[in-house]
Amino acid sequence: MDLNPMHQFEVYKIGPEINLNGINISFTNASLFMTISSILILALLFLGTKKKLLIPSKAQLITEMTYTFVAKMINDTAGSSAKDFFPFIFTLFMFVLFCNMVGMIPYSFTVTSHIIVTFVLASIVFIGVTIIGFVKHGIKYLELFVPKGVPFVLLPLIIIIEVISYLSRPVSLSVRLFANMMAGHTMMKVFGGFVISLGLLGGWLPLGFSVALTGLEILVAFLQAYVFAILTCIYLNDALNLHH
Amino acid sequence: MELEAAKMIGAGLAAIALAGAGVGIGLIFGNYLSGAMRNPSAAQKQFPNLLLGFALAEATGLFGLVVALIILFAF
Repeated sequence: MDLNPMHQFEVYKIGPEINLNGINISFTNASLFMTISSILILALLFLGTKKKLLIPSKAQLITEMTYTFVAKMINDTAGSSAKDFFPFIFTLFMFVLFCNMVGMIPYSFTVTSHIIVTFVLASIVFIGVTIIGFVKHGIKYLELFVPKGVPFVLLPLIIIIEVISYLSRPVSLSVRLFANMMAGHTMMKVFGGFVISLGLLGGWLPLGFSVALTGLEILVAFLQAYVFAILTCIYLNDALNLHH
Repeated sequence: MELEAAKMIGAGLAAIALAGAGVGIGLIFGNYLSGAMRNPSAAQKQFPNLLLGFALAEATGLFGLVVALIILFAF
């Protein structure tokens, strides 16, 4: 039995190795679980919108709930002008949520526990928001780095701090999701290992703890998808409504 | 000192960052509770903010954990 808690994050290729100009683009277990998550999202949305009933079926109910949830979140945090970005934020939220939730199934693989996946998602958000800000406000978008009501003497220092905090957005956004998922899954595996090593006599206590941890991890899986989406909305709000 | 031992000590030290996260999460939930006790009708509206604050505070502690893991596995 493999008790190494880091073993679950191993990426291995499924099927033949594919090389494209020296870049390895083989189909791995990470790609497999991303595909599974995407297919699940598509299946849910397809089932939910196939028959539009007045008294909704379960799939339609879930679809409508997620739609209103994301629409309300965008409206509350980024204002009505962010309505155009609903498809992007909905896709982002659903993808992160389903990757986290599929990862909670035992013996599956958590795609979002790899920093490269979350960093790419965060980079798309960061670059996209910066482009939107410059397109909408032109060079005046740089006013974002100059908060109102700051004494003139402090201004150079404040601008440097604001620029650093702006540039660290993709890092904090991606590391938050990746660290939460990885720490949670490592912890669950460690407690699972305690159950095995303590055996039939003492293993019940960590087993109960594992069950509680699974509940917590499902909460965290939802919460991190929510936080990822809501922070995207907050960044979008900065770009769309400069200084409100 | 052996490099391996120094790595272990460094990783352990990096995990101290989780103490700050514990204080932060406690503050968030404690203040939410005391606020909710004073004005229960406004509590439900602030629940998303509570979750957001919880996630942000927890993430700061996990940065420390990432540092520990980098020390242990990446070097």
